[in-house]
Amino acid sequence: MNHADLKEQIERRWPGDTQVGRDILSSTTEVTCTRAVLADLCRCIFQDWGFSFAGLIVEEGPSAWQLRYAFYGERDAGWVHVVVSAPVAENVFPSVVEWIHAADWHEREAEDLFGVHFAGHPHLGDFVLHDDAWQENVQPMRRGFDAQAAMRHRLPDADWRPRRIVQEPGAFVMPVGPKFSGVTESVHFLLETVGEDVIRSSTRLFYKWRAIEKLAEGKTVDEVLLLAERFAATTAFAHGLAFCQAVERVSGAELPARARALRVFLAELERLRQHAGAIQEICESTALVVANSQAGMLEEELLRVSGELTGHRYLFGLLAPGGLLCDLPTDACRKAFTQSQDILKRLNELERRLSISSSFLDRIEDVGVVRLSAATDYSLVGPVARASGLVRDLRRAQPYSGYETFDYQVPSEQEGDGYARLRVLFAEARQSVRIIEQATAVLKEGEVCRTVKFRPGAALGWVEAPRGGTFHWVRLGEGGRVARYRVVTPSFINWHSFHLAAEKFAFQDFPIILSTFDLSVAENDR
Amino acid sequence: MSQWVIKGIRTGIKTTAYPRGAERAAGVTPGLPRGGDVGAAAPALVERCLTHALEQTNGAISVDSRRCVHCYRCVRGVGQPLNWEATYEWGGAIATPGLKNELAQPFRHSIHVLVVDAGDCGACLNEVKQLNNPYYNMHRLGFFITPTPRHADVLLVVGPVTDQMRFALKKMHEAMPTPKRVVAVGACALSGGVFAKSFVCGNGVADVLPVDVEVPGHPPPPLAILHGLLVAVGRKRPLPLPAARDEPV
Repeated sequence: MNHADLKEQIERRWPGDTQVGRDILSSTTEVTCTRAVLADLCRCIFQDWGFSFAGLIVEEGPSAWQLRYAFYGERDAGWVHVVVSAPVAENVFPSVVEWIHAADWHEREAEDLFGVHFAGHPHLGDFVLHDDAWQENVQPMRRGFDAQAAMRHRLPDADWRPRRIVQEPGAFVMPVGPKFSGVTESVHFLLETVGEDVIRSSTRLFYKWRAIEKLAEGKTVDEVLLLAERFAATTAFAHGLAFCQAVERVSGAELPARARALRVFLAELERLRQHAGAIQEICESTALVVANSQAGMLEEELLRVSGELTGHRYLFGLLAPGGLLCDLPTDACRKAFTQSQDILKRLNELERRLSISSSFLDRIEDVGVVRLSAATDYSLVGPVARASGLVRDLRRAQPYSGYETFDYQVPSEQEGDGYARLRVLFAEARQSVRIIEQATAVLKEGEVCRTVKFRPGAALGWVEAPRGGTFHWVRLGEGGRVARYRVVTPSFINWHSFHLAAEKFAFQDFPIILSTFDLSVAENDR
Repeated sequence: MSQWVIKGIRTGIKTTAYPRGAERAAGVTPGLPRGGDVGAAAPALVERCLTHALEQTNGAISVDSRRCVHCYRCVRGVGQPLNWEATYEWGGAIATPGLKNELAQPFRHSIHVLVVDAGDCGACLNEVKQLNNPYYNMHRLGFFITPTPRHADVLLVVGPVTDQMRFALKKMHEAMPTPKRVVAVGACALSGGVFAKSFVCGNGVADVLPVDVEVPGHPPPPLAILHGLLVAVGRKRPLPLPAARDEPV
């Protein structure tokens, strides 16, 4: 289904209520529609035409709301943006969650932060701003809200209780977090149990909410780039890249060839390192001590490779709109490739050893299963989606930075259990080294950065980050200042589905399920 | 299962020579800007620093490493770069006059550390995690990670302390037995980093708890965090940090 088909079908089904436009540069079909047909149109795009849901972008203009539902399909289908507007005083929109479950958390977030209401949503409130600690009717993302002004916060209410679903005799809620276990991020789990088995679990996030979308407003592009790199720094390069791509798309900037190749090189180096880290966490959660040490060493070695090549172990301070802030010597890139190749050999050996360790397999097989139908409903991304058979990789579906010129595979599995996710991580690490090799080979001498003249406008930047697709919407105002920055991260998308895997399981499997999902709280909480 | 035992033995010892000797492997630290005299380039460099970590005094540049977020704007894309030093002994102690370090003697070879994420981006926490891998192996030095404040001697905090973590952080600190020390790790924990100061974040841990040891860096590499822990128990001399500056003008 391409743009012409989309336009024809939409105009035929909803004449008068829709207006279809086209942006060739970003292969986006933009559909402006009325509130009356919004839900039906989105349902059709998502369910009938098989698009994935990328995110909901709410913008408050001087006099009107603009809600943008972004969808992406396979390569020739491109992007579809459904845009609906209403005067600021009319802040009720129809909810689409009945047909697009993936939009659930987006609507909850928008309701919490903007005060926009979604008619028909079953469960709004207490999401980003915890009900027990925030005053009623605080809407931090509204235009009038001053991000620098000190807020008067309540102390958390000791009598506040979460909602309980399981009502069997003897059922109780086991609270875990926000501080739990050894070195973990802050997140709260409510595990509803009647004894040994957990029947239902729910996750309470946003303890680490730093409001970067609000902080970005009114800042210069360079200042927001710092935020983009630093809100989830284990995948800093991917997020910085998505932001830069959005800015470059707004400004119509062309990149030098060397910058494109180096961006691919660094993005894949980051993926390799992050996957090694995820594999280490999985080994740690199954208490396999030697495997944990082996994987930990590989992660540290990849951090050192990154540090030696770029100066920074997490690839900070490399990106700039228009290319890269500094050039990397080709010889050093070749050396980093040789080092990664050596590390990959040992990663392969680790996989082979794990695949014949029965005690390890017993703990990870058939654990935390996510079915393909659920993965599709939740529009999951990254290795989690691909382990359930939902094969959609932004590098392939909507290529950027010249990924279409590289030869690699998108690994996938069908089972959707913990072991399938582990195998996908190993397989993707192999593909990353393949891409690194090709990127090193195509490095030609030349400039790495061109000056970008910032123009007012808005665009979406997308990147297949190590944990999955990330979507950064940037609106630039006058003078190159950022007017709106919306970040949809793979962890925000995948945390939504985590409760599916953590349902009806033995209590001791919980750390394993959590580690195979490779979720970042920082990425979710922004 | 014998394959793992054999593999483990065959791997040999990988652990760093630090703290007895120096670690010289490439890529173990991003380094820190050192400042110094850069002549006429000074005003331009100070202007480029987005977190106001640089200050110019009579032509020379001084660096408040608490504010440095490793954006490299003072060394990349400029004519005359600022001095960077690839060191890693970054743990600075905040001297409290007249207060003896009670952790220093009886406990110094068995210290339980409670690691709390108060809004961290994941990098500092990942570097703390690396302390457990064979390259650093903090256990050999008598440092153990504990999940409970009741067993903890040292509270290691990463992140700028978001509003929704402030209460939990205070409670954990109160639940720790005395003597106890607080180690703040990373630029965000020391100054709020790129998130300060806003309606959800303050200027770091010191707004909430008394901090004993500061480890700058964004993120500080594992060796710097290790140095900070050794400083906290009086086994290493602290790096002299400049006095905390007030809000930049």
